[in-house]
Amino acid sequence: MSAQAQMKVSDQVAISIENMNKWYGTFHVLRDIDLTVYQGERIVIAGPSGSGKSTLIRCINALEEHQKGRIEVDGTVLSSDLKNIDKIRSEVGMVFQHFNLFPHLTILENLTLAPIWVRKTPKAEAEEVAMHYLEKVKIPEQADKYPGQLSGGQQQRVAIARSLCMKPRIMLFDEPTSALDPEMIKEVLDTMIELAEEGMTMLCVTHEMGFARQVANRVIFMDAGQIVEQNEPEEFFNNPKSDRTKLFLSQILGH
Amino acid sequence: MADTSQYAFVRHEMLPEQSPPASEQGIIKWLRENLFSSWFNSILTLVSIFFIYKIVSGAWPWVTNGIWSTSSLAECREVLDGATGACFSVLTERWNQLLFGFQYPNDAYWRPTLAFVLLAFAAAPVLFNKLPRKMLIFTGLYPFIAFWLIWGGTILTPVMVLVGLMVGFLAFQRLEQQSFAMGMLGGIVAAVVAIWLGGFVSSALPGFLAFEAVPSRDMGGFMLNLILGVVCVSLSLPIGILLALGRQSDMLIIKWICVMFIEFIRGVPLITLLFVANVVLAYFLPPGTNFDLILRVIIMITMFSSAYIAEVIRGGLAALPQGQYEAADSLGLDYAQSMRLIILPQALKISIPGIVNVAVGLFKDTTLVSVISMFDLVGMIRGPVLSSTEWNGVYWELWGFAVLLFFVVCYGISQYSQWLERQLQTDHR
Repeated sequence: MSAQAQMKVSDQVAISIENMNKWYGTFHVLRDIDLTVYQGERIVIAGPSGSGKSTLIRCINALEEHQKGRIEVDGTVLSSDLKNIDKIRSEVGMVFQHFNLFPHLTILENLTLAPIWVRKTPKAEAEEVAMHYLEKVKIPEQADKYPGQLSGGQQQRVAIARSLCMKPRIMLFDEPTSALDPEMIKEVLDTMIELAEEGMTMLCVTHEMGFARQVANRVIFMDAGQIVEQNEPEEFFNNPKSDRTKLFLSQILGH
Repeated sequence: MADTSQYAFVRHEMLPEQSPPASEQGIIKWLRENLFSSWFNSILTLVSIFFIYKIVSGAWPWVTNGIWSTSSLAECREVLDGATGACFSVLTERWNQLLFGFQYPNDAYWRPTLAFVLLAFAAAPVLFNKLPRKMLIFTGLYPFIAFWLIWGGTILTPVMVLVGLMVGFLAFQRLEQQSFAMGMLGGIVAAVVAIWLGGFVSSALPGFLAFEAVPSRDMGGFMLNLILGVVCVSLSLPIGILLALGRQSDMLIIKWICVMFIEFIRGVPLITLLFVANVVLAYFLPPGTNFDLILRVIIMITMFSSAYIAEVIRGGLAALPQGQYEAADSLGLDYAQSMRLIILPQALKISIPGIVNVAVGLFKDTTLVSVISMFDLVGMIRGPVLSSTEWNGVYWELWGFAVLLFFVVCYGISQYSQWLERQLQTDHR
């Protein structure tokens, strides 16, 4: 219980998930998920493939529908009401494994699109904000290029900047480095570390255990659609409780 | 500068550039690579040259000896006196009939001509997005101007329709804040009522800024093909987009309506739809109603091609990675925004070749109206021109002319679409 208390960065709840269940047809992908994320927390979700990690965070911004249970994001309860869903989505940024930049728009247009159309920000202001975030991810010189002209690492940094332009209160990362060449992983992780240091609430599905050790204040291990174990990174890596976690860690840290 | 004296050999100046050997440049290289790269290809080349020579040398005198200024085929034969030669006089003598039909008032030919010249200005900002966006205002007004020019009558008729549509749009904007369906319904009702009321105004003042009115049955010639082609293509594209989106919709009733419409229309030959428009519809309408024939035909052709365009666009939508939908959603864009800004621009780009295919096919299919006794270009040639005593028997010249007109338009559309595809090429693969 004291561990739980230490994990808290603040008392303000950012996301609360209660007894959430999801099925694909008859396949039970997520089982009785209970999770409370506090404002400013950095959570890494690990687990074998098919364990439901991605599905879990995709439920948070309603890219996937959950069939049972309750999800509350930043004070708004996720229901089938489209207005609520759009509100939550504009507060929650998401970064995808395959970047999903809009190939028909320039980098700058990718960044300003949502602020202009969703937030109704004036164009000049949106561009100013966009350039600010492009500088932050260290590629302001690419603003007028198209996504197809950028390397994978650069594209992923643009994708992060695109989410940040909406000034989200929470960021979700769905395996952001899995589709990248090894030498590009670092530049994306550096961007994420910087973001974490600024106090952004983050949920990352990732296999980068170094990142988890360095940045996370909680690591969640999932298997077969359930949260098997969660703990501070030090405890999690050095003193895993469940056998399943031990096996997983031995496999990914073993070489 | 590094000291280079220790090395045995150092070149001090660049060698002059030399031109490649004579056999590796210019025309000779091109000929060698493309026409005579092997003995088999050389034979093929020679055989092809022989056939091309035979065709051109046969057709050349026919074209160059062509007669342009006689008044009948018999006169042509007299002038030619047994020599090979075309009788192009039919084109010069029947020029206006071929272009405008045989009933359009002679002194009003300038009206459709002007309408088609203006069409170039109206279409330009749609086709080339580098042009100033303000030109789109003229594009919006163009249908009303063109209607007034071609059909004549008082200018109040199209103006009242325009006013009615504006009233409908305003009503839509007002009511849309409550709900989209409410806005649509209110907008349509307001537009219909306003147009109906406007009808009284225009029928009370039939002479206000009026041209001589030309009824639809007097339209003909290539003008009719162009009217049908332009109107139907520009209507069926937006309708096709809506059908394609409707077919993907989560709302079951909308989805089923779209699926049934598309599958039914695609399963029926266009020619039967035209017969329905021409004959069968009259049985269903109350006796005495005069439902314009061209309007009926436009509705049928538009339904037909919009079903095809919907399927082409559905292919484009399906080709987009799911991630594009998810990225748009995750940024908080609503359905209309994500479709308009993210999905459709990409899906339509993928669909360009297919859409152009349908558009070109549609334009050529407008000649089918000749079988429901409308006198489009083909109808004119088959009917009034070929069956006249003067020009009975002039086939090559007339059909060649029809082929040329259609080819020029269709090839132009095709070239434009290829240019557009290059313009939209941003993925740098």
